[in-house]
Amino acid sequence: MNFKQNLTKGFFKENAVFVLLLGLCPTLAVSNSAINGLGMGLATTFVLMSSNIVISLVKNFIPDKVRIPSFIVIIATFVTLVDLTMSAYLPSLHASLGIFIPLIVVNCIVLARAEAFASKNSVFDSMIDGISMGLGFAMALTILGIIRELLGAGSIFGINVPIYPVDESGNPVTTLIFILAPGAFMVLGYVIAIINRIRKA
Amino acid sequence: MAKKESTFLNMLITLLVITLVSATALGYVYELTKEPIELAKQNKNLEAVKQVVPEFDNDLNESKCQLTTDEGVTLDAYHAKMGDSIVGTAVKTFTNNGFSGEVWLMVGFTPDGSIYNISVLEHKETPGLGTKMSDPSFKDQFMNKNPETFKLRVKKDGGDVDAITAATVSSRAFCDAVERAHRALTGCVDGTTSATTSSQASSKETVEHAQKDLTKGGDK
Repeated sequence: MNFKQNLTKGFFKENAVFVLLLGLCPTLAVSNSAINGLGMGLATTFVLMSSNIVISLVKNFIPDKVRIPSFIVIIATFVTLVDLTMSAYLPSLHASLGIFIPLIVVNCIVLARAEAFASKNSVFDSMIDGISMGLGFAMALTILGIIRELLGAGSIFGINVPIYPVDESGNPVTTLIFILAPGAFMVLGYVIAIINRIRKA
Repeated sequence: MAKKESTFLNMLITLLVITLVSATALGYVYELTKEPIELAKQNKNLEAVKQVVPEFDNDLNESKCQLTTDEGVTLDAYHAKMGDSIVGTAVKTFTNNGFSGEVWLMVGFTPDGSIYNISVLEHKETPGLGTKMSDPSFKDQFMNKNPETFKLRVKKDGGDVDAITAATVSSRAFCDAVERAHRALTGCVDGTTSATTSSQASSKETVEHAQKDLTKGGDK
């Protein structure tokens, strides 16, 4: 696999959400607004990249039988670093992401890349893999977030988009279900179908 | 280099080293970010106070005091003064009745006991539903209302508060937190120490508590 393939595979060919169907739990939970999706995606990208680098560095020192616990400890360390740093220097972003940051630990895409890629490849390749997969994940979450926020709250990135009529107090009458959990499944299903159609064409 | 074999000793040492390095790194970053986090939280508190009381010119850190509710919880409060007269009091209050975890609010009262404004400090409510408690469309209905006459209970439970659509639990929690702030404040609303007014406050609180018990039938 050459460099260019390695860099671009995370977006369409092996997109974590749309093609591999990995990490769906956080995807469904946080994609209710565009900014949540993007923030979560970027935080995950950082964790993916850092854990991939460290794991490919130490892969030869870890006995096979304890590699999963070792990977999890490394991933959890990076997630906590992100959590602490964000709450110290970006308190408003941290407040808006809230519980979603610690949840990156249990995002299976991070462990999947550690196990399937970083533990078998060089440091540089692993870093590129982490960036590619992470940004692909961020892209997927942002697309879902934009669609759900537009349909469910009548806005994109918090900016009102007048696609819905307003009631007497000036609030748009929206299709609330798209912000709720069922809306996540519906939007995800349709987006996956569309992406598959494009990939096969 | 060949892979290490999975002997007991190898596994033990590997895990020990990894956890040690992780713990050291985390401890170091924790120490490093402790102060900025504390500072950010404090600033957030003071920012919130500024939002919920009328204009003032005193140092809020100096006028900080503690209020005790009838449940024995202490809440932080900040008196906002213009010159020598108190123009408002902000009470940092909370509730455990949120949809997921605690909800922290800053509630500003004017000296006559009515609500000036409310700011949401911390919560873990459902995004898109319970999070709407920070929206003006919900919390502005509390402005300039006196909890003595404005019943802090959602309409479903016979109160005066319009609940957020699909977030009745969060709305109830919000009311509960505001009510707790009001109950704590009735102890020292005139700005004197709570010790001098504690006897009358406690009797008043007992009455309120009894009333609350009476109306509790429709709750939950």
